[in-house]
Amino acid sequence: MKQYDIIIIGGGVVGCMTARALSRFNLKILLVEKESDIGMGASSANSAIVHAGHDPYPGTLKAEMNRLANPMWDEISAELGIPFRRSGAYIVAVGPDECGCLESLLERGHENRVPIEMISGEEMLRREPLLNPQVSGALYTPTAGMVDPFAACIAPLENAIENGVEVMTGTAFTDFIVQDNKISGIRTNRGDFGCHWVVNAAGVYSDEVMHKAGVRPEFKINTRRGEYYILDSTEIEMSNILFPVPTGVSKGILVFGSTHGNVLVGPNSQEAPDKEDKAVTAKGLSEIWQSAQKLVPSITPRAIIGVFAGMRASGNATCKVCGIDYHHDFVIERAEEVEGLINLAGIESPGLTSAPAIAERVVELLKDAGVSMAVRKDWNPIRKARPRFNHLSRKEQAELVGRDARYGRVVCRCEMITEGEIVAEIHAPIPARTYDAIKRRTWLGTGRCLGSFDMPRVVELLSHELGIPVTEVTKKGPGSEFLVRPTKEVEA
Amino acid sequence: MPTVEEKLICVTCPKGCTLEVSRDGQTVVKVENGCKRGRVYAQQELTDPRRMVASSVRITGGLHPLLPVYTSAPFPKPRIRELLILLRQVEVHAPVKLDDAIIVNALGTGISIRASREIVETNSLDR
Amino acid sequence: MTLKDRYDVVVIGSGPGGLASAIAAKKNGAQDVLIIERDVEPGGILLQCIHNGFGVEVFKQDLPGPAYAQRFIDEAFQVGVEFLLDTMVLEISRDHRIIATSKRHGFLEIQAKAVVLAMGCRERTRAQVRLPGTRPAGIFSAGTAQRWVNVEGYMPGKNFVILGSGDIGMIMARRLTFEGAKVERVLEVMPYLSGLTRNYVQCLMDYDIELQLMHTVKNIIGKNRVEAIESVAVDEKWNPIPGTEEIIPCDTLLLSVGLIPENELSRQAGVAIDPVTAGPFVDDGFQTSVPGIFSAGNVVHVYDLVDWVTEAGLMAGKSAAQLVQSGKQTVSPVIPVKAGENVRYVVPHTLCPDHLADGEIRIQMRVRQPIEQPVWVEVRSGEKLIHRKGEPYTRPGEMVTIPLKPAMLDAVKASSGLTVSIVRR
Repeated sequence: MKQYDIIIIGGGVVGCMTARALSRFNLKILLVEKESDIGMGASSANSAIVHAGHDPYPGTLKAEMNRLANPMWDEISAELGIPFRRSGAYIVAVGPDECGCLESLLERGHENRVPIEMISGEEMLRREPLLNPQVSGALYTPTAGMVDPFAACIAPLENAIENGVEVMTGTAFTDFIVQDNKISGIRTNRGDFGCHWVVNAAGVYSDEVMHKAGVRPEFKINTRRGEYYILDSTEIEMSNILFPVPTGVSKGILVFGSTHGNVLVGPNSQEAPDKEDKAVTAKGLSEIWQSAQKLVPSITPRAIIGVFAGMRASGNATCKVCGIDYHHDFVIERAEEVEGLINLAGIESPGLTSAPAIAERVVELLKDAGVSMAVRKDWNPIRKARPRFNHLSRKEQAELVGRDARYGRVVCRCEMITEGEIVAEIHAPIPARTYDAIKRRTWLGTGRCLGSFDMPRVVELLSHELGIPVTEVTKKGPGSEFLVRPTKEVEA
Repeated sequence: MPTVEEKLICVTCPKGCTLEVSRDGQTVVKVENGCKRGRVYAQQELTDPRRMVASSVRITGGLHPLLPVYTSAPFPKPRIRELLILLRQVEVHAPVKLDDAIIVNALGTGISIRASREIVETNSLDR
Repeated sequence: MTLKDRYDVVVIGSGPGGLASAIAAKKNGAQDVLIIERDVEPGGILLQCIHNGFGVEVFKQDLPGPAYAQRFIDEAFQVGVEFLLDTMVLEISRDHRIIATSKRHGFLEIQAKAVVLAMGCRERTRAQVRLPGTRPAGIFSAGTAQRWVNVEGYMPGKNFVILGSGDIGMIMARRLTFEGAKVERVLEVMPYLSGLTRNYVQCLMDYDIELQLMHTVKNIIGKNRVEAIESVAVDEKWNPIPGTEEIIPCDTLLLSVGLIPENELSRQAGVAIDPVTAGPFVDDGFQTSVPGIFSAGNVVHVYDLVDWVTEAGLMAGKSAAQLVQSGKQTVSPVIPVKAGENVRYVVPHTLCPDHLADGEIRIQMRVRQPIEQPVWVEVRSGEKLIHRKGEPYTRPGEMVTIPLKPAMLDAVKASSGLTVSIVRR
């Protein structure tokens, strides 16, 4: 049985950032991910916002992690080559009744020690002309930003790999190996692995993982699904983040720009007991649409070029701080019932934002537990992002094509993704082995034609680069093959 | 033999009239709703329906693995299935020129199957 | 071929529109004519349209798509048109500077005196028709499936449901059946057929494939691959009728829900786009709002017969060559041509009355709703009737044409604008 110091369960943004943080130390680390690729859960289906931190219930772990993490994003995005833009965000009140809510939000912002200011309706309209002219006021949080959420997984994990961390995809945790009430390893569908510590970053399954060790039986994840529309950036140009005045349940349905340039609308928040049911619903879509039009009346359905849905890992943990009546806090703690387990659970919004701070908290928890954490002398914090053809100047594009002709063949016409980039991702440290894996890394197939043009070409490339028949190329792992047989081979 | 009433959509022109056809066995007795061309169509459809068939055959040595082909004349409808099975068994080699006869006198109908395009011989490394 | 860095006319796209434009440009005096094509061989979409139905007007023959293309490809080579294949145009500037990129040819900049845009269409997507459900493998546009089945040589599924009764969907229904797959159902949200009746008979009826009008997809089911489609009946306002749902097991959903002219490059070049057609505003020579940039074919509006695309391409190419030779902008006055009663859109949007002296100007349109009874297609200048033509019926799926003839020159010249309407007889 292969032996490690630490095994991380889950390759979402929390697991990946944790792997990177821990890679600083002389520790043998393995990250296991049950899907065919990392970041296939909530990490690639969210609002991609680095929140300012005004919104979480003051005093909670959510509030603390958000506040600690927010300033970390400049450095971490620069070190790791993660697209990030500190754009600021607005909470917009429409109509006279909503204005009162802004006051209490402003107070909460102050309590959370977050830069936040009130601006008038006229000023808000000046900053965002597409807004509903009935805007009555707004709050501005300058420290909010936009990030590429999948890059926020792959960048830290590639950096971790460079610094010695091992990663296994298609590897699902099935049970703990416990001896004398101490975790000594895990069992997976691909064999057993020994370790001294396990970090549970299993997203919507983090409750099931901890229950396997008899930890916190009362803790439960209630998944809530959020649906999103993606709007064509040529139909609507908007680079701000606009929140409505929040409801009790969630931050509300936003209209927001992205690092990619498209405008997104969403998410709603629906109970979704089946953790794998990521369907978009007619009801959800119409709910989002109505809400969005309240903020930006001019958006039309003709601008829609994409839809997706993600699952939030909404937990039922009570905030550990005395006197705070909040029951959906993060779980970031060393397990009590058994030795050698750190649980990171119920990481819904502001989970993406908080990931770098959660990762550092894991380092502290391990240190406190007496784990020997000697810093590697050769730790390299820098991971350089691979070239993105459509982000380069014409001069840079010409140079790139001159260096490697494969960057000269555009495969995804709508997003201008080239063969060179696709091949680079297929052979990267965390290889893209499926169509969706390439899509997450490059935004291929997310444009106007939604992959109609590129799909046959990408399937051919994957087949060629992976040395597999085209009938084995999949969209997102086994069972999602595109092609069933050659045209002329008919079953009798 | 009793007359049978049938409806038929005429495809001679895009109008697509629904013809009402009375027939006595295979003999067309009357056609309502149609024009002169429609009556000809109805007669043909009922006695000897034919279709232009376009499909493909396997080809080696070219850029793609399939060569599109088409029938040189409308093909008897009841034998189309048989034709398609035959085409699946055919394999040709590049180069092929437009209208090259891939099969002559297919299934004894006197109709040939022709190449719908030119396919040159390529070195697959050309990709 | 040695690629030059300047050309008289550069044509973007080697489908029927582009091929005809390039040939006409050459034949009308342009010296250096280049076609830039993103695929590795010329022919455009015709290469995957292996079914018959092409050339009935132009060649008086019923040809498959590739054969129709071959005629023009051969002629283009014969007259000396140059081809730049496997090359994607990134940008066209207002002053006709083209930036393109290619694996074979590298990063390229080419200066043209005139440009003809012939990029064709893309297909409407699942997101644009807002289909609820999951996002498994097995949801494809009909064109993508066609490319796989006919060109790459692979079947994208075994059991199909097709959404949309457009021609591409019906053609694919037959094609898939030919190659041993099962088409379970064709669903069409409108109360009438979207494509040609002939295709309904020869693609669906012939193969006992059920078409359900006023039906759509309510839900897509399946985690990794499509497992079933939930269909539902709808009313005239497209509202689902509760209780009419049906689960249709299948492994593939093909979408044939409309074509959209692909005008990315046009927009970037500053070409004004008609929101109704989603294509450029054009005059009778197919020049766009940017001087020296012309456009032809499906990129202007969606045609029904390729023969008319060829005709448009010939006009655009000729106009481009004439502009290059005259070296200056024509300043002849143009008058607007507007869509009137029952007409959804009209092309061209403007015309120069003087051009009637040289020959017919064909006005093309599509109607809003089917009118299954005899109609007059009328061209009027205000109240004054300039020309009318009788048609036995009109349908949205079939383009309607009315020619303005040289004899009408004086009447049109006196006009300040034309309106085209369709009225019941």
